[in-house]
Amino acid sequence: MIRFTVNDQDVALDAPPMSRLLDVLREGARLTGTKEGCGEGECGACTVLIDGVAVNSCLVPAIQADGCRVTTVEGLASDGRLHPVQEAFLRFGGAQCGICTPGFLVTAKALLDANPHPTRAEAREALAGNLCRCTGYQKIIDAVTEALAGPDVDAAATSTPAC
Amino acid sequence: MLTSPAPVHRARTLADALAWRATHPHATVLAGGTDLMVFLELGSANPTSVLDLWGCTELRGISEDGRTLGALTTWTDMVRHPALPVALRDCARTVGAPQIQNRGTIGGNIVNASPAGDSLPMWLVTDATFELASVRGVRQVPASAFWLGYRKTALAPDELLVRVHLHPHAGDRLHYRKVGTRLAQAISKVVLGGRLRIEGGIVTEARVALGSVAPTPIRAHHVEAALLGKPVDPAAAAAVADDIAPIDDIRSTAAYRRTVSANVIRAWLEGEAAA
Repeated sequence: MIRFTVNDQDVALDAPPMSRLLDVLREGARLTGTKEGCGEGECGACTVLIDGVAVNSCLVPAIQADGCRVTTVEGLASDGRLHPVQEAFLRFGGAQCGICTPGFLVTAKALLDANPHPTRAEAREALAGNLCRCTGYQKIIDAVTEALAGPDVDAAATSTPAC
Repeated sequence: MLTSPAPVHRARTLADALAWRATHPHATVLAGGTDLMVFLELGSANPTSVLDLWGCTELRGISEDGRTLGALTTWTDMVRHPALPVALRDCARTVGAPQIQNRGTIGGNIVNASPAGDSLPMWLVTDATFELASVRGVRQVPASAFWLGYRKTALAPDELLVRVHLHPHAGDRLHYRKVGTRLAQAISKVVLGGRLRIEGGIVTEARVALGSVAPTPIRAHHVEAALLGKPVDPAAAAAVADDIAPIDDIRSTAAYRRTVSANVIRAWLEGEAAA
């Protein structure tokens, strides 16, 4: 039995230890927001946070999540409110077909937790492991760099839990 | 989705890992998983059992002086460590992308022994030593004696790589350059490490190493010899033709690798000559 928390909920799942965290999340925990793109760590669509750190869930054996705190895209919104980076993706049109969007959002959350006001260069480097085949990168970078800008900056920055 | 049924032993201490390894020399060793999980998914690895080292926290991280790196040190740990030379931190920043850097380890890169391993030329040019441990004891193997052939290393079946030791010399000039299809997420076509010691305007020690141009990461001994005993001479780059044995493969061609190997060495030396 593999036990961990997903989005602050305790889960205990019976899965082979070397199965992919990606599959355990999608098929065991029924959290299908996390997507599979390439299955080999190239595209970032399966990005989740483990103890606040962005990882490709297709490359993490489920057993290595045992005892950890996992955050998926479903865990970004809280109390019925979208995370500021989700709001920013809406505002800037940061999604086209949408398959890469969960991975971008989760990677961006990790960036913003560490660096609430990234430059465009910092955002590009942080998001270099997420591919968008619609190639909508400009609007994604716009959304990430502007997510915590504006009058609510302090409130927004402090609403993202530190890891 | 291919799910491996392999059982996993999760070691929590190095002593536990070595004891288990001694009785399971054929087990596949798992660290950050960024290579192994790809091999499992492709079906090119079919382990009967797995030794998971990720929980051995004593093998994680870099000493304050930057001289000792645990085998479980991630690329992110290297990027963030202020005592490491900039060229080593730059090297870590070119591995995959942040998600890979957060999980991939230097030990995995070294032991997997891919000729394209991004960090491997840097361990050669820094004269790093690898600390190998087993229940029989500990030994130090220089990086230059570790990669014996294509994906073949000096590790005995019961040994684990536990630490990397650096022996920095103040004033040495260290260089790193990776050539791939893009800055992130590229497997290298050519990767270059370099180190020069310049005393009184004369090169007194030179290390040049390359990846992706031979079955193992290699020292460019002809280039090194051509650099010694005189001011930095960019023309020494031409000697690399006698050091490398590149092949055509899915990522590049032998001809491209020959040209680019000489070019990246020359560009580095021109920068040093002008410095």
